Amino acid sequence: MNEPERLPNLPEFLWADAEPKSAYDVIIIGGGGHGLATAYYLAKNHGITNVAVLERGWLGGGNMARNTTIIRSNYLWDESAAIYEHSLKLWEGLEDDLGCEVLFSQRGVLNLAHNLGDVREAKRRVNANQLNGVDAEWLTTEEVRKLVPILNASDDVRYPVWGATFQPRAGIAKHDWVAWGYARGAHAMGVDIVQGCEVLDFVTDGNRVVGVETNRGRINAGRTALCAAGHSSGLAAKLGVRLPVQSHPLQALVSELLDQVLDTVVMSNTVHVYVSQAHKGELVMGAGIDSYIGYGQRGSFPVIEHQMAAAIELFPIFARAHVLRTWAGIVDVCPDASPIVGHLPLDNAFINCGWGTGGFKATPGVGWVYADTIAHDRPHELGEPFALTRFEHGSLIDEHGAAAVAH
Amino acid sequence: MLSICCPWCGWRDELEFSYGGQAHVAYPANPAELDDASWSEYIFFRDNTLGWFRERWVHTAGCRMWFNAIRHTVTNEFAAFYRPGDPVPEMPVEVVR
Amino acid sequence: MRLSSGGDIFRDRPLTISFDGRDLGGFEGDTLASILVANGVRVCARSIYAGRPRGLMSSGSEEANVFVQVVSGAGEPMVRATEIEAYDGLVTESLASKGRLLDLPDTSRYDKRFIHVETLVVGGGRSGVAAAAEAARAGGRVLLVHDRATIARGEGVESVVGMGGLTILTRTTATGLHEHGYVVAVERRTDHLAVPPETWSRQRLWNIRANEIVLATGAHERPIAFAGNDVPGVMLAASAVDYVTRFGVRPGRRAVVFGCHDGVVDAARALAEAGVEIARVVDARPWAADEVKQGTEEGSLDVRAGVVIGTASLPDGTLSGAVIQARDGSVETVACDLLAVSGGWNPALQLLTHTGGRTRWADEAAAFVPSQRPQHVRVVGKASGEFAAALRPEPLFCVDGPGSDPADIFLDLQRDATLADLRRAVAAGMRSVEHVKRFTTISTAADQGRSSSVLTVGVLCQELGVPMTEGVTTTYRPPYTPLTFALLAGRDRGYLADPERVSPIQDWHVAHGAAFEDVGQWKRPWYFPAYDGESLHDAVARECAATRSSVGMMDASTLGKIEMYGPDVGEFLDRIYTNLMSTLAVGKVRYGVMAAVDGMVLDDGTVARLSDNRWILTTTTGNAAKVLDWLEEWLQTEWPDLDVRCTSVTEHWATVAVVGPRSREVVAAIAPGLDVSNEAFGFMEWRDAMVGDCAARVMRISFSGELAFEVNVDGWRGQALWEVIYEAGQPYGITPYGTETMHVLRAEKGYPIMGQDTDGTVIPQDLGMSWVVSKKKPDFVGKRSYSRADAAREGRKQLVGLIPSDGSSPLMEGAQLVETGVDLTRVPVPMVGHVTSAYDSVSLGSPFALALLADGANRHGEELQAVDELVGTRVRVTSPVPYDPEGARRDGN
Repeated sequence: MNEPERLPNLPEFLWADAEPKSAYDVIIIGGGGHGLATAYYLAKNHGITNVAVLERGWLGGGNMARNTTIIRSNYLWDESAAIYEHSLKLWEGLEDDLGCEVLFSQRGVLNLAHNLGDVREAKRRVNANQLNGVDAEWLTTEEVRKLVPILNASDDVRYPVWGATFQPRAGIAKHDWVAWGYARGAHAMGVDIVQGCEVLDFVTDGNRVVGVETNRGRINAGRTALCAAGHSSGLAAKLGVRLPVQSHPLQALVSELLDQVLDTVVMSNTVHVYVSQAHKGELVMGAGIDSYIGYGQRGSFPVIEHQMAAAIELFPIFARAHVLRTWAGIVDVCPDASPIVGHLPLDNAFINCGWGTGGFKATPGVGWVYADTIAHDRPHELGEPFALTRFEHGSLIDEHGAAAVAH
Repeated sequence: MLSICCPWCGWRDELEFSYGGQAHVAYPANPAELDDASWSEYIFFRDNTLGWFRERWVHTAGCRMWFNAIRHTVTNEFAAFYRPGDPVPEMPVEVVR
Repeated sequence: MRLSSGGDIFRDRPLTISFDGRDLGGFEGDTLASILVANGVRVCARSIYAGRPRGLMSSGSEEANVFVQVVSGAGEPMVRATEIEAYDGLVTESLASKGRLLDLPDTSRYDKRFIHVETLVVGGGRSGVAAAAEAARAGGRVLLVHDRATIARGEGVESVVGMGGLTILTRTTATGLHEHGYVVAVERRTDHLAVPPETWSRQRLWNIRANEIVLATGAHERPIAFAGNDVPGVMLAASAVDYVTRFGVRPGRRAVVFGCHDGVVDAARALAEAGVEIARVVDARPWAADEVKQGTEEGSLDVRAGVVIGTASLPDGTLSGAVIQARDGSVETVACDLLAVSGGWNPALQLLTHTGGRTRWADEAAAFVPSQRPQHVRVVGKASGEFAAALRPEPLFCVDGPGSDPADIFLDLQRDATLADLRRAVAAGMRSVEHVKRFTTISTAADQGRSSSVLTVGVLCQELGVPMTEGVTTTYRPPYTPLTFALLAGRDRGYLADPERVSPIQDWHVAHGAAFEDVGQWKRPWYFPAYDGESLHDAVARECAATRSSVGMMDASTLGKIEMYGPDVGEFLDRIYTNLMSTLAVGKVRYGVMAAVDGMVLDDGTVARLSDNRWILTTTTGNAAKVLDWLEEWLQTEWPDLDVRCTSVTEHWATVAVVGPRSREVVAAIAPGLDVSNEAFGFMEWRDAMVGDCAARVMRISFSGELAFEVNVDGWRGQALWEVIYEAGQPYGITPYGTETMHVLRAEKGYPIMGQDTDGTVIPQDLGMSWVVSKKKPDFVGKRSYSRADAAREGRKQLVGLIPSDGSSPLMEGAQLVETGVDLTRVPVPMVGHVTSAYDSVSLGSPFALALLADGANRHGEELQAVDELVGTRVRVTSPVPYDPEGARRDGN
C-alpha cells in the first residue's frame, strides 16, 4: 500500500479581490481559466496591465472547477493540433512560468480502439499527429495491456480492445490550482480581479463597444473580451450577435480515494469511458453530454448509470468502487465541435467560446492566442481558422469525425 | 431523468426520447434565393436560450412522433407539450423562484 | 463495554466478527461500530496524512473517522463502520480514509426497479412514519424508504406496517433527488447476511417517480472544533447516547459533555442513566451559569459555563481528559475517557439541494433550514429545522483557546484539514466557501462534508467577520451516500453491456467458424476461414478470387431497410436524395446519396419501387436508425402535407447476396420460375420469385462490379435460404465471404463506404459522384450548400486510387499523403490527404488504396508518399476505379 501524501502547499498569497475602477484598457468578461489566462498573457506578453477580469460568481467556478482535467493535443485537423499543441507546450513550462504548482502530470493519454473503424481513425490521427510534430504512437493490444494491466483487454468482452493511440506527453493537472496560478500571476502584474460582478449590458457607441453595465456600476473599456463559455450566447445576444453555439450539461463524477491502480489516462469514445486517477487517489470520470440545452449544471442520471456500466466493462476492478459525487458543467458546443476565437462583428469586441469538452486543456494556449488577438486587434495565426465567420463560408474544422465526445 | 409527456402517448421517462433542438425553425421556402449568410444562419445557428425555450423532442422508443415542448433550460420545468401544427402556446412569464 | 440490558440487539444471537485480525464478539442487531465500542476498541483508524489515531466520532452516516475495507462477502472498500450491520463471520480491516480495489471478479448481482407513486417519504423516523400514514390514508400509492433495518416504532408512533397502499423499503437510502419527482434510492438487500440467498441481488437501485416527495431525513449533529478534537474518545453527544439506546453499549466510563444548547443536559442524563459517570457538563452559551442539575436518581449533574479548549491523551493516543476553560478564564483538565460534544444540529437537506432547492441560515435554529424547495417537495420533522429552535442554541463552531495550535483544531477529520489550513486559505485571498473548500479539501471526502461543511462555513464567517446569514454552504451533489459502480451498472454488464444484434443466419456463420467484426451493435461475419488458422489475408484472397472467378455469397441482412408507402414518396425522396427518384419505374432500383443540410454526405443506398405507392430503400448497416429518424424528422416537422409513411423493416428481411459470374446459374437453380436472363432481368431491376415455397424478392444490384443478385426473404427463413443457395452453388464452388472481402471487392470498383471513405467534410462531388447530384431538381436537402464558396474552392479533397509505385509495398489505412521530396523530419509536414481504405488486391495483383487527396481529380498519374509511422511509401495516384473501369462484368458472361 502506498502511503497517502499531502498535496504540496499552495503559495501563501494568491490574489486579492479588487473594487472595479471606472475604466480599463481591457475588460475580460468571465473569470474562468480562459479569462484569467488571457489576462495573464495580456500583462506578461503585451505589457497591458490596466485590465479587469469580471466574474459574476467565484473565480474559476464554472467549467474550470467541473472538468475532468485531461490535457492532450492529439487532435486530427492541422488547425486543432496546432492550437492544442501550442497549449501543451505552454503546459510543459507552466509551473516555472507561474511560479507555483499546478500538479501537471504527463502520465500519457490512451485512446482505445474497439473495432476496425476505430483502428482506421486512430491510425489516421496518429499519422497526422506525428507529421504535425505532436507525439503520438499506435499501441497494439498487447502493449496496451502492459501499460494498463487492469484494463480488460481480453477477447471476452462485448467490445474488445484492438489497440490504442497513446500520447505520452499528455496528462492531467489540478484544475483549481491552474485558475489560481493564473489569477495570482495576473494580480501580481496589476490586473484587477473582480468577483461577484455580473455584466448586465454593454455600452456601445455606433459599432464600437466602449464599456459594460454591471451590478456594480458602469465600467468603460478600451476593448471588451467575452470569455464566458456556456453563457456566451446570452452575452453576445446583448450585442445583437447570434452565436452558433449550444450549451449542454456535461456530467462527471469522482470515486472515494483509492490506492493507485491507474497510472495513465484512458479514454474510449466507442465505449464512452474517460478515466484518470487523480493525485489524491480518486478516480475521475467524464460521462456523455446530455442531449438537451441545459444551464442548470446538472444532467440526467441514466447518463451516469450508462457510464458506470461502460467503466466496469473496461475495468472490472472498478466494480466495487463507489461514486462519491456527481456534477455537471455547461459545455458550449459549435456545430463542428471546434471553438470560436477572434473578433465579434463589432469594433473593440472579441469572443472566445465554443470549446465544448476541450476548454481546460486549451487554457494556456487560448489565453496566449486570445491575448495576442486583443492586444493587436487582429487574429493570431493559431486563432484565425477559428473565426466566427467560418460558418458563413462553410470552411469548418470538423472534429466530430475524430471524436464525438473529446474530453 | 426528465419526465416528458408525449402528446400521443402520455408521460414517459426521458430515456424514450431524443432531443431535436429549437422548435419552429422552418426550412427556407426557397434556399436558392438566400445569400450565404442567411443560409449559414439556417444551417448552423440556433437559439441557445437561458430560460423558457420552445424545443423539439421525438418519441424515438415509442410512437416515433415529433412534438414540441416549452421547457425552462435552468430548472428543466416543462410548461407545455404540443403537436406540430397545434396552436403555439404562450411562453410562461419568467418566475424567479 | 456492553451493558447488561437495553438496545435493539438480539442477545440470544451472538456472533463473531473480525477487525484487523482480531475476533470480536457481538450480537445480531449490532453494527461493526457498536461491536468496536462494546469491545473497547478505541483506536479504530489512522488519519489519512498525519497518521493520527482516530476513533469513532459518531454512530451514523456522519461518521468521518472509521472507514473499513470489508473483506468478507462481496468485499468493498471504504465503508463506514457505523453503517455495517454485523453478521457472524464479517471480516473487516481498518483504513486510513483511502480504500483499495480488490483484483477479484465481482460475483455479486445488482438489479434495478422502477416504481411510480403518489407520495414518496424519505426517512422512517417519527415524522416520516406519520407523513407516510397520513398519505396512505388519503389513498394512492405511498412509498416509505428508510436507511436502517427498522422504521420508528413504539410509543407515540403509529404502526403502519401492513397499511393498505403503503410500501416500506428498509435498508434503503434515497441518494439523489432529480427533476420531475425522480428519486434514486439504493436498497441493501444482503450485506447484513452471513449467507445471502443465492438468487438475491446484493443491492437494488430504485428509480422512483413521485408526485409528491416528503423529506423526513432528520438532522445530523454538528461537532465543535477545538484543539485535539480528533482524539479517540471525542464523540458527538447524540451518538454517544445512541450507542447506549440502540446497542446497549457504553462508549466510555467517565464523560465530559460539551455543547451550546439545552439538549446537552439531556444527553448527559441519558449517559448517566447508562452508568457513565458524568464528570462535567460544559455549556458554552454566554448566558449559561454554573449550576447543579438533576441527573439520575442517584446523582446530580455539575453544569459549568465555559468551553473545552483542548484534550489530554494517553500514550496510545486515546482521550484521558478534557481541558476546560471556565467563564472566568481559569483552565483545568478534567479526567475523562469520553468527551461528548454537540454544536447543534444540521438538518439533512442534501437531497433538497440536489435539484435547485436552497437553504438559508436561521439564527433562531442556529442551522441552515429550507428556504427554497423544488416543486412537489415538502420537508418535515427535524429536517425542517424547527425543532432546533426549541433547544435555545447559540451557535459555536470552533474554540480557538489560549495556547491552542490551529493545526490541532480539526475541521474535516477525514481530510485531516484544520483551522490552520483554513487560515492559510483566507490569508491567500480566499473568501468564497467554494474556494476554501477547494484550497483545504474540506468537505470533499466520502461524507461530502456531512460533519465539516456547516462547521467550516461558521468558522469562515467568524474569520472574515461576517454574519452567518451571509454564509452559504457548498453545493451538495448526488449521491447522498456513495454508490457502488456495479450497482449503477446493474445488469448491463458483460454480454449485456450493449445489445448484440445478429442476422437470422448467425447460427450458420458460427457453426462454420466465421470470424466476426463489430459494426455498430451488429456482429457481422468478417471472413470465413476455410481451415483452422487460415489468416485474414489468405481467407480474403481466396474469397475474392472465388467471387470474381465463379461465385460467392454474403449475408447482407444487416443493411438497413426502410419501407415507404404513400402517393408522395417519390416527391419526398426527390427532396431527400441528391438525385432524382420520382421517375423510378416500378420494378427498377436506383442508387442514391443523401446529404445533410450542410451538403456533406450522410448515407447512401438503393431505392426500389415496389408499386406506385410502395418503395423500399436501404441504408448502410450502421446508419439505419439515424436515417429513419432523419426521414421522419423531415416528414413530420417540415413537410407534413406529404402523404408518406415509413417503417423500419431491417429485421423483417434476410438478404443474401449471390455475387460473381456464375451467380446467374445459382439463382436460376434456386428460383426456377425466375427468368434470370440479362434481357428479362436487367441490372438495377428487381423481381418477385419463389425459392421453393418461399416468396422472395430478388434484386440485381451489385456492390462488387460483378454480376450479382440479392435475394430477400422473410427474416425467419433466412437461414433456410442461405442453405439452399449454398447447396445450389456447390457445383460452382460457391464461397461464403464476409465484410472484408466485400470491402475489397467494392474498393476495387471505387465504391466508397460512407463513414470510411468519407467523414463529415465530404460532399458527393468530392467522391467523383457529381452525376448523383441533380442539376434539374429545384431543391433537395443540401443543395444550397453546394453553391457556397467552400464547395467550389480549389484544393478540396477528392477520392482517388493509389497504387504503390513499386507494385508491391503494402499500403496502410490511415496513412497520410505527403508530396514527394518533402522531408518528414521537419515538422509540421504539410499533408495533402489520407488513405481511407487499403487492401491487397488479387485482381489487380498489387496492393491498392482509396484516398482523399487535395485536388485529387486533377492529379491522376502523379506520385506522392503515403506516410505511416513516419515512413513514406511511394504511391501513384490513379482513378478510384482500378478494376474493370468500363463496367463490363456487371452483366456477367
